[in-house]
Parts: sequence; structure tokens; C-alpha cells
Amino acid sequence: MRVNFTVNGRPQQADDVWEGESLLYVLRERLGLPGSKNACEQGECGSCTVRLDGVPVCSCLVAAGQAEGREVVTVEGLADHARQRARGAGGTCGTSLDEAKGWTADGTDSQTGEGAELSPVQQAFIDAGAVQCGFCTPGLLVAADEMLERRPNPSDADIREALSGNLCRCTGYEKIMDAVRLAAARQSEGV
Amino acid sequence: MPTNGVPTKITQGSGTKGGIGESTLRPDGTLKVTGEFAYSSDMWHEDMLWGQILRSTVAHAEIVSIDTAEALATPGVYAVMTYDDLPTEVKHYGLEIQDTPVLAHGKVRHHGEPVAIVAADHPETARRAAAKIKVDYRELPVITDEASATAPDAVLVHEHRDDHHIGHVRHPNIVHRQPIVRGDVATARGRADVIVEGEYTFGMQDQAFLGPESGLAVPEEDGGVHLYIATQWLHSDLRQIAPVLGLPEDKVRMTLAGVGGAFGGREDLSMQIHACLLALRTGKPVKIVYNRFESFFGHVHRHPAKLYYEHGATADGRLTHVKARIVLDGGAYASASPAVVGNASSLGVGPYAVDDVDIEAIALYTNNPPCGAMRGFGAVQACFAYEAQMDKLAARLGIDPVELRQRNAMEQGTLLPTGQPVDSPAPVAELLRRVKAMPMPPERQWESSEGADVRQLPGGLSNTTHGEGVVRGVGYAVGIKNVGFSEGFDDYSTARVRMEVVGGEPVATVHTAMAEVGQGGVTVHAQIARTELGVTQVTIHPADTRVGSAGSTSASRQTYVTGGAIRHACELVREKVLELGRRKLGSYHPAWAHAELLLEGGKVVTDGGEVLADLVDVLGDEAVEVEEEWRHRPTEPFDLRTGQGNGHVQYSFAAHRAVVEVDTELGLVKVIELACAQDVGKALNPLSVVGQIQGGTTQGLGVAVMEEILVDPRTAKVRNPSFTDYLIPTILDTPTIPVDVLELADDHAPYGLRGVGEAPTLSSTPAVLAAIRAATGLELNRTPVRPEHLTGTS
Repeated sequence: MRVNFTVNGRPQQADDVWEGESLLYVLRERLGLPGSKNACEQGECGSCTVRLDGVPVCSCLVAAGQAEGREVVTVEGLADHARQRARGAGGTCGTSLDEAKGWTADGTDSQTGEGAELSPVQQAFIDAGAVQCGFCTPGLLVAADEMLERRPNPSDADIREALSGNLCRCTGYEKIMDAVRLAAARQSEGV
Repeated sequence: MPTNGVPTKITQGSGTKGGIGESTLRPDGTLKVTGEFAYSSDMWHEDMLWGQILRSTVAHAEIVSIDTAEALATPGVYAVMTYDDLPTEVKHYGLEIQDTPVLAHGKVRHHGEPVAIVAADHPETARRAAAKIKVDYRELPVITDEASATAPDAVLVHEHRDDHHIGHVRHPNIVHRQPIVRGDVATARGRADVIVEGEYTFGMQDQAFLGPESGLAVPEEDGGVHLYIATQWLHSDLRQIAPVLGLPEDKVRMTLAGVGGAFGGREDLSMQIHACLLALRTGKPVKIVYNRFESFFGHVHRHPAKLYYEHGATADGRLTHVKARIVLDGGAYASASPAVVGNASSLGVGPYAVDDVDIEAIALYTNNPPCGAMRGFGAVQACFAYEAQMDKLAARLGIDPVELRQRNAMEQGTLLPTGQPVDSPAPVAELLRRVKAMPMPPERQWESSEGADVRQLPGGLSNTTHGEGVVRGVGYAVGIKNVGFSEGFDDYSTARVRMEVVGGEPVATVHTAMAEVGQGGVTVHAQIARTELGVTQVTIHPADTRVGSAGSTSASRQTYVTGGAIRHACELVREKVLELGRRKLGSYHPAWAHAELLLEGGKVVTDGGEVLADLVDVLGDEAVEVEEEWRHRPTEPFDLRTGQGNGHVQYSFAAHRAVVEVDTELGLVKVIELACAQDVGKALNPLSVVGQIQGGTTQGLGVAVMEEILVDPRTAKVRNPSFTDYLIPTILDTPTIPVDVLELADDHAPYGLRGVGEAPTLSSTPAVLAAIRAATGLELNRTPVRPEHLTGTS
């Protein structure tokens, strides 16, 4: 089957999709967006978290066909999404078509990733030491960014609740807490 | 480049000095937060196939027949291979003992053993084809514990053993046995005023790294193969893979792909050989990615253990003796069992001074899942038991548990039960003092003006209590872990360091085969090069087998050993650069000949701080490159009868204080805080050091209250191979983890550093158990503790 949906503001079309394929599989294997990770394939670990019409979902549990006509934001589009929110598009999800046309995938020629414009939560994860192996990071970033959109000044309990669906095996979560607190603080200071 | 997702060079520039001791940020951080970092499961190649493994559905059985016809006839399937299709006479592999079949031959020895492999053009086609392979099993009785393994008429898990341990074990179902005998326990027992005994059970823990086993094998034009792989040790993989493929090692090229955690679970091979076999058979690139279910079968676990301890002490709380028997279940294949036995036995009394010791540790062959390396490696199981014993002893003596530990704490100079002196700082008493001195979390934190905040209570949002039946407990524990490979292993690393001018700036390139698994080795490598070579720009070359072995990313050893190799190579590069400078510029300044010269801030300076030249001018168009192996002090094997010998390189110490709250009616535990104090010798990157301590602490918490692979004792089948049924701590289960880092230099190690990663995993578990015991008054001789153990309903 053919699936049409919007990913990080860009209209995408996936052909020859087998009906059993998940949204995660189509993103990773058909659209060249492997940022969302597959670590359990049953919605327990949150590594594949993306936003579907603004709502965080485990993309491994979403059949690709269910995404038809809908808007998806993945970690690859997170910086752009945050930028638009900061510009006042906040509250809405996804990207307007005009803005989407200005968006291009981060170049694969980037050797360092340095110079890439990051969202506040992405930068905070690096600065706070919340990234070790990094496999859980994309899902955590999408979930944390969504929480900060809803709750710009979260309590620790809010953070823990919002991220309770995302497993991390490296950090013991302390640096992740630090990172989300840092992102919230920077966001409220307008940094 | 033909392959997408091939690791690119990571260049890190820094405006600051960014040397050792600073919390510089990960050079791969940006790639990891943008989703661009290429993990092994992200590899993609045009025209690639997907590999799938068919695994045994029973634990112990003869294979009567395998019928692959229907699978082969499936459209989209390119190859199906079984044992009969293996290309050479080498059909087994293993870390130390080559007892593991690449594909099962005539028999399967554990649930989930690989029987056949399939390559197809879609992963689902491969899965369905594998399911069409018909395997006829004739089931055999299962060996599941010490009694069944060592019964006189026990079925042998391996019939024809010829490994080097068979001569000193009393039954062929024992992989290895290590006694440690020192002093005279019988006499010492007579001096004891108090003796406590205990029998402890440690459950089977899984590494549960988040990035499943995966890799991509690409056939090459010269008949070789290039494997992009997530592993802990490229050269160890290579040594095991090449003979099975019938290729010389230089035709098996290996590049480290992004690794999503390891924790010991990637020390053994998983899908490496299978992917290479399918790639060579089909002539096409083959990718294999395990799903989580398969991952639980695809790597070894932490050895479950039974531990029998006797501790004696005088009335004033001095240990008289320790007698212990540690039985580790190694499962169906040897993996790292012999070395785990060495650790469990030699570190079996913990960080305490005791002269009279009689310890025996064994690992069994059974039909349970194979067990091997996991963070803490044998020292974890022992620590759980000896720390429970110390608490028991304290209670019996009426001495504060921390005080009792401090009275018996080892110090620099203390002899281990192996007779080896601890010849670097051993601040065991001080770590306990520090962790005890940390401020306590306030009582009844859940209370607020609006009633109970259930999120802070046991049971959480399940809303099972508003504080009724909730009791607080506090517990302490301390542990000792060896750093580096022990028992005479040639534990070296190799570093290639190159220095040249790029874009008008001096740049150092560090090339090692070190597996970055998340620990931050790449960060530290760049810091070392900056410190030693005075540059700001350091390029970390992707890890591959075009440079010599770095040894394993395990045993808390990489910063010590590969860090040491990089420092050594940098020193040689520096000498060459200075030689170059003397040749080119020596006549301009007498200091070139006479002064102690350093490289700092991109310049050659005297130890008095006078600038002699810019590195850019010294180097000109020339590149200086050195590749060297580096070794720490040699160790020796433990005597097979007495266990005596200088077997270890270095030690790492951590202490924990756990504060828990237990809903005593429902048996629900909430860990409120898990404080840690650890000596790290020298924190090369303090941010990463704390991250390691907090991560290790949390894995210890997991096996205290939730993590256990359950194996059916009647069938030896795994009952919970999923994240739905095997629980690891979430952010809600994990408390705050305050960390106090002590830095007492080990003069034998580079920069005085100590390996960091494992020690916090040891004492975390017994501290939590001690706290739960304190809250409930229960004995609790097993870990993990489940609600039924606390409510008497098990």
C-alpha cells in the first residue's frame, strides 16, 4: 500500500508498504529517518517516541497506515519544531507547509554535528551529561520537549511522570532530570 | 562510500583547554541528540538482505532432523543455513573455551539456542521463512541446579570436554573451581565470640542495554567481508569470527558501529558470525537486528548464584574468619564463567581485613541460559552476601553496622585472601563515613497541605496507600571491585596518535579500537591528547581493526588501559615533535637543548613558561605518527589449590546508603534515596564519572527490587523475555542519587585514576536490601525482593 503523511513538516510518501509495517519501520527503513529507535517493539521502552498530530506515541505500536494524512514529528525535526514554537507557532503541532519548504534534513556531510541548531532540550541533554549510549535519547527528547510545551515550569514529580514511559539503562536518570530542569530554566529565562 | 550510516570521524574543537580533569562534553553528543548518530541497527546498504535466526524452543534436546525445504522455497528468501552448511572445520567459538556451536549440531543445550539462519529481502519474510523450518527435537532431561548437575548419574551438558579446567573440577558439569585458602579457619573459629551463617540467592540479571544486538556484514571483492558491529571488543570478535569463515583475519574487516549500551552483554559474540556467513553465502550485504525478545536469548546474563557464608567475630567486632561457598550457574556454555569464578572467590570477603579465610567458588554447566559478563562480574553476587552477613554480625554483636564495617575495613597494605597486598589507597572506612554523613532525605516527604502526594509513596499512582503501613528503613553497604583483566591475562591496549597541521592549526588524531559503548571513552581520549600534546583540536578516528587491539570495554579498564596507551603514544609523539623542533629551530634558542620542554596551547614551551615556537612552525608539512601497545603491571594466576597469587591490577571502592520506604501491607518498596561515595583516584571527566556512578547504582537498584530472568525449573525455559515482564527501573522507580567523589591517586595508574564503572553496581544492591530489612525486620536472603517476600505470601 501507499502511505501519505507529513514528517517534520514535509509531505512524505511511502510506497510498497506491507500492511503489517509499523510507523517506526516506515520512518526508519523507508524514509531514511533512523533517529527514532527500536528497542522493544511493544511500547515499553519509549525509544521510538514520536509525535503524531502533536501527541507523543510509541511509533512501534502505530501501524503505518494509521499515519495516513497525519503529522509526525521525530527527533530529526525536533530543533525545527522548537524553533517554530519559539517564533510563536506554539500550541499548534507540526509545521505549516510554507515553513516546511524551508526545512531540509540535517546534512549527512556534517562530521561533528557541531553548528547544528539544537532545541533547548537537545542542548540541555548534552550540557547536563544526560547522554551516554544515547539510544534512549531521541525518545526522551521528544517526550521531554512535549512536556515542556505543556508545562514550561515542571516540578520534579511532573518530569518523572512525563518521562516514565522512557527507559534509560545508562544514566540512572539523574542527569536526565538535570537536563530537563536546565531546559525549563533556560526556556523561562528566554535563553 | 557504499554504506549509509558508516561512522564518520568526530572532530571536537574546544575554545578552552579541555584537558583531563575538566567536564568536557561528549564529542558525539550533538549527533546523538539529533538522531544522526549511526547505531548498528541503523546501518543500511543498497540491495541488503535481512538475516533471521531460528532458535530452539526447548532447552535440552537431540535434534532428530531439520527440514529447510519450505523455508528455502519462500519467495524473497536467498539463503537458509544450518550446521551442515558451515564452511570450515571450525564450528565453535567462545571467549575462553570454544564450546559454543555457531549453529546447533545434533543437540541443543539451552532455550533459544541458534539452530538455523535465513536471509531474505524483508525482515518479516525472513521471520516467516524461519518459522517454516521444521526441527524435530527429542527432549532430554534438564540440568538446572547444583544438585542435578553434580549427581553421579547426571547427564553431561558437554560430553567431551578437553578444556584446561577439566583437570581440576570434580564433575564435568563444573566449568571451573577456585578455592581461596588462607590461614586456618578451624583455629580462628575458636577465637570467635559470635558466628553467623547465611544462605543467599542472587537472581539472574540481564544487561538490558537498549540497543539490541545488530550489525551489517558486507561482502567484499577480495572474498573477504566487512562487518559493522556493536561490540565491546573488536579484536576478540575477530579472533573468533575469522576461523569459522575460513578467512585470514586481514580479510575480516571490522568497524565499530554505534553501540547502544553493553554492560558485559556484548563481550560474547551474538549475530556476528551469522551475518558474515549469510553475506558470504549470498554475495549480498546482510543486516541482522534482534528484537527485544530475541535479545534476551541472544546474550549471556549475570550468573545467578547460591552463596553460603559463615562469618566469625570477637565481641569487640573484629572478624576472626570467613568461610564461603559460592555456586554460580554458568548455564549451557562457558562464556566468561572461569573469570567470574576467579573474581567471586578472590573478592569473596569484600573490602575487609581478615586473616583466616576458606572460600570455594564454582561455576556450573546447566541447561539454563548461558551466563557470563555483566557489570561487576562475580564481585556483585559476593557483595550481596557478605554485606548481608556484616549486618547480621552487627545485629548479633549490638554494634552499629557502619561501625562494624569500619573496624574491619581494609586499608592500604592489607592482604587480600589471595595474599596480594593492596598497594594503593583503600579508603573503605572513609567512604562509609562520607556516605553516612550526607544529609538524610526528610521524613514523610509525601505529606502536603493537600493530602498525600501518592507519587512519592510506594505504589505511586496506583494509589495503594496514603502513608498507612509505610515504614522507612536505612541500610549501608560497601564493596570492592578489581579493575582490568586479572589472573595473568595479557591485558594491553594499542593507540595510534598522529599530529599534523590542518587548516593552519595543529590537530591530533587518536585512533584506537576501543569500543565506545556509551561510557564516554571518546571524550576522555580527546582530553588526554589535549593535555599531553597541547592542542585544542582532537579528531577521534572511528574504532576498527586497522589498528591494534584495545582490549575489552569492560572490567572498568578502558580509561586506565586505552587511556594509558594514548598517553604513552602521545608522549612518544611529543618526543618526535621536539626532535623535529630541535632539528629545525634548535639553533635559535639554547633552551631547545637544555630545558624541559612541554607542548601547551599549541606551542612548545619551557617548563618555565617561555614560548619557543608554534607547533604549526615546528610541524610544517610533516605529520608525526606513533602506534604503540601499552601494558599495566603484569598479574599472575591464582594457585588452583590455595588461590594465592598477585592476581589483580587495581581495586575500585564504593559505598552506598539506601533510604527506602516500604508499604508493609502490600510489600511495595519505594527507594527514596540512594547515596554513593566512591574513590575514583582521579576524575578525568567529573561529569562522566558521576554519570557512571549513578548509572551503576541504578542497575544495582534494579536487581534489588525488580530485575530477574525467571527460568522454569522443570523445563529450563525462559518465562519473561520482554520489557513487559522483565522490569528495569524507570525514572519513577529511581530515586535521587547524591554522589560524593573522592580522589586518592593510585600511583601505579595513569594520572592516578581508578576504573569507575563497576564498583557502584556492587554495593547498591545490598544497601537497598539492608534498608528493606531495617524497615521490615525480615531476613530476606534473596535478591531481587518481590512483594510476596515481604508479605509472607510467596
